[in-house]
Order: sequence, then C-alpha cells, then structure tokens
Amino acid sequence: MDAHSPTSSAPATVAAHAHAHDDHFASHIRRYLLVFYALIFGTVITVAASYIPFGDRAVNIGVALFIACGKASLVAGYFMHLVSERKMIYGIMIFTVIFFIGLMFLTLASFMNPPANTTTH
Amino acid sequence: MDIPYTVEARPDTGLYNAKVGIWLFLASEVMLFGALFSTYILLRVGTPEGYWPHGWLNIPVGTANTLVLITSSITTVMAWASCKMNQFDRFKRYHACTILLAFCFVGIKSYEYHDKFTHYSITLKNGKIADGHLISKSPGFNVNEKAGPVKGEIKIHGHEVNFSNKQGDELQKELKKIYDLRSPEGREAAKEHKELEYSASDIVSLETYGPWHNTYTAIYFTLTGLHALHVIGGAIVIGFLWGPLSNLWRRDPERFTNRIEISGLFWHFVDLVWIFLFPVLYLL
Repeated sequence: MDAHSPTSSAPATVAAHAHAHDDHFASHIRRYLLVFYALIFGTVITVAASYIPFGDRAVNIGVALFIACGKASLVAGYFMHLVSERKMIYGIMIFTVIFFIGLMFLTLASFMNPPANTTTH
Repeated sequence: MDIPYTVEARPDTGLYNAKVGIWLFLASEVMLFGALFSTYILLRVGTPEGYWPHGWLNIPVGTANTLVLITSSITTVMAWASCKMNQFDRFKRYHACTILLAFCFVGIKSYEYHDKFTHYSITLKNGKIADGHLISKSPGFNVNEKAGPVKGEIKIHGHEVNFSNKQGDELQKELKKIYDLRSPEGREAAKEHKELEYSASDIVSLETYGPWHNTYTAIYFTLTGLHALHVIGGAIVIGFLWGPLSNLWRRDPERFTNRIEISGLFWHFVDLVWIFLFPVLYLL
C-alpha cells in the first residue's frame, strides 16, 4: 500500500493522495535543500563581511542587515511557504510589515524634539 | 464538539483555521520583537561615543548556534514534507533531530550566559577599572559596608583600564580596551590578560556582565532571553506532537500534518528572529 513506510498505518485514501503528490514534493525538497545551503552561505558571508573594514561602521551595518533581510526572505518565502500562500495571509502580513516599519522609525521621533541643552550622537 | 475546518479550507479564507490563527499570532510576535528591536536602536544611538560594546560576544560560538538553528529549520520543513509524503518514520527521525538541535541551541546559549555572569567589572579606589573573568573569591568576600564587614580577596583573569582624567582621542583609545574588543586596542588588551588579585578594601564596587551592567547587556539578555523562551516553547510543542500526540497520525493524518505545519511555521519564525539577532548583537 505504501512503498515508503511499511510500518505506516495511515488510511489508504491518504496514502493514494500522498502518492499523487510525491513527484511534486521531490522538487520541493530539492528547493528546501537549496535554501538551506543558501542560509549557511549567507551566515558565513555575514561573519566574513563583519571583519572587513568598510571605512564607516554604517556600511558594515547596511551590509549585514541586507544579507539578514535576504536570509529572512528565504526562510519566510520557502520554509514558511509565503511564495505561494492565500490572499488572507498576505493581507495579514502587509499590515504587519507596515506597522513594523513604523515601529522602527518611531525611534527617530526622539531626535525631533530633544530636551534643551542636550546633544545626540 | 468538533473543531471546524481543521483539515478542509474554510470557504471565505481559503485556509484551514489554524493557519489563519498562527499567522495572526506571528503578526503579534513580529510586533513584540519589533518593539524590542526598536528599543535596541534607541539605546544604541543614544549611547555616548565609544561606550556601545563591540565584540563582547564570542563570534564562533554565535555562528555555531546560528547554524544549529538553520539546521533545525530544514529538519522541521523536512518533517512536514515527510508527513505530506506519508512517510511517518522519516517524520519521526527529522523531528527527533529538530528537538535535539533545540536542546543544543539552548545549551550553547546557557554557556554564553554563564560566561557573562562570571565576567566582572571592578571599580577600584585608585580610579582604575579591572575587567575580567572570575578565578576565585575568598570565603566571606564582601565589598558592601551595609552588608557586613568589608573583607576578603577576589582573583580575576583580565586587565586594568583607566578612564579618569582622560578626554578626547585619549579617552576613546582607552575605552576601546573595554568596549571595542574587535579593535586593535581591544585585541591588544585581551592579549595582555593576566591573573589579578584585589583586596575588598581596594574596591569601590563590582558587578558582573549581567543584564544590570549597561544598556547593551540589558537589551542583549532581554532579546536573547525572550528568543530562548521561544525556542524552549517551540521545542515543547514540537516534542508533544512528536511524542504523546503522534497517535493522531493513525486517526487523522491530514489533521496531524497540519499541526506539524503550524508548529513548523512558529519554529521558522523563531529562526527568522535569530537571523536578525545574530548580526545585530554579535557582529555590529
């Protein structure tokens, strides 16, 4: 009934259903492995880049965060299947992204009205 | 009562309910971690020049932990794919790896925490600061007059710096010996580490590199502590699905597979948070 797992006792209908998806999933697994290698590569690159003096620390920060964003996109896109999700999920995530960006820039508000006689770095 | 739409998609959302649920939960998690990242930015840009720590964490150890978490992410997605392909044995093997890797991550993190809780910063009466890891304390060692007689000795492996009466470039150079351990000055200071011993009567105050030490350690422990709790929580849920709840596979494999997907989505999110935490806290 099930060539892959002789001890499995899942109902026949599910097994048949799964078989129909086997080829489909083989390509998915190849993709997951590629993402895995890319994540390892990204990690190594991030560490290596942190040892390169780009002159200004801001450049190092930019490079590291750029790579981190790439890695995060791979995890969210492929491991969390965001590349092929339903509209509902995209709706939730668009709001989250907007509010998240707002939250990051909220800190800038502290520079708009500093207390008198203070300096900011 | 049966919970509706655990397997089949709800017509209006096109999804089974738990999937909508976990994504709404993850959205709230993004805001939780987002608030703390925002705090990190504010603390960092508000720190006077030279006082924000660089190189305080062990990069090879942090890199190893990053790889542990990335590997746990691939085993998680493979565990789910195994369920989808009706290979329960493979699912069991993959998620066993995930759970072991989670333990591994928390173990490495505990080692790093322990390193910080045995790292002392000692303010001396001669104006210098001694900084290093604890070797030993004599019995009854005490520097706080209110807590009892000031007595005993403390031995550390480290170096001394002197910030008093220094300004401008001179101060910045001296600060690097403590605050920028990746700079030439910081690396040089680390090379000169030796055994130092102080009598309690020579000490103004001392503290470890715990969350109380400065804003960096405060946000470091808050962010990584919250993240570690997520790892532990995720491992408990995955462990439950892997062990006691895995008999659902025989009764309703599709529902079980969906539970694996949901717990996996949470696990990937935890991995995703670490992808940002690692460079922000260890490298930048």
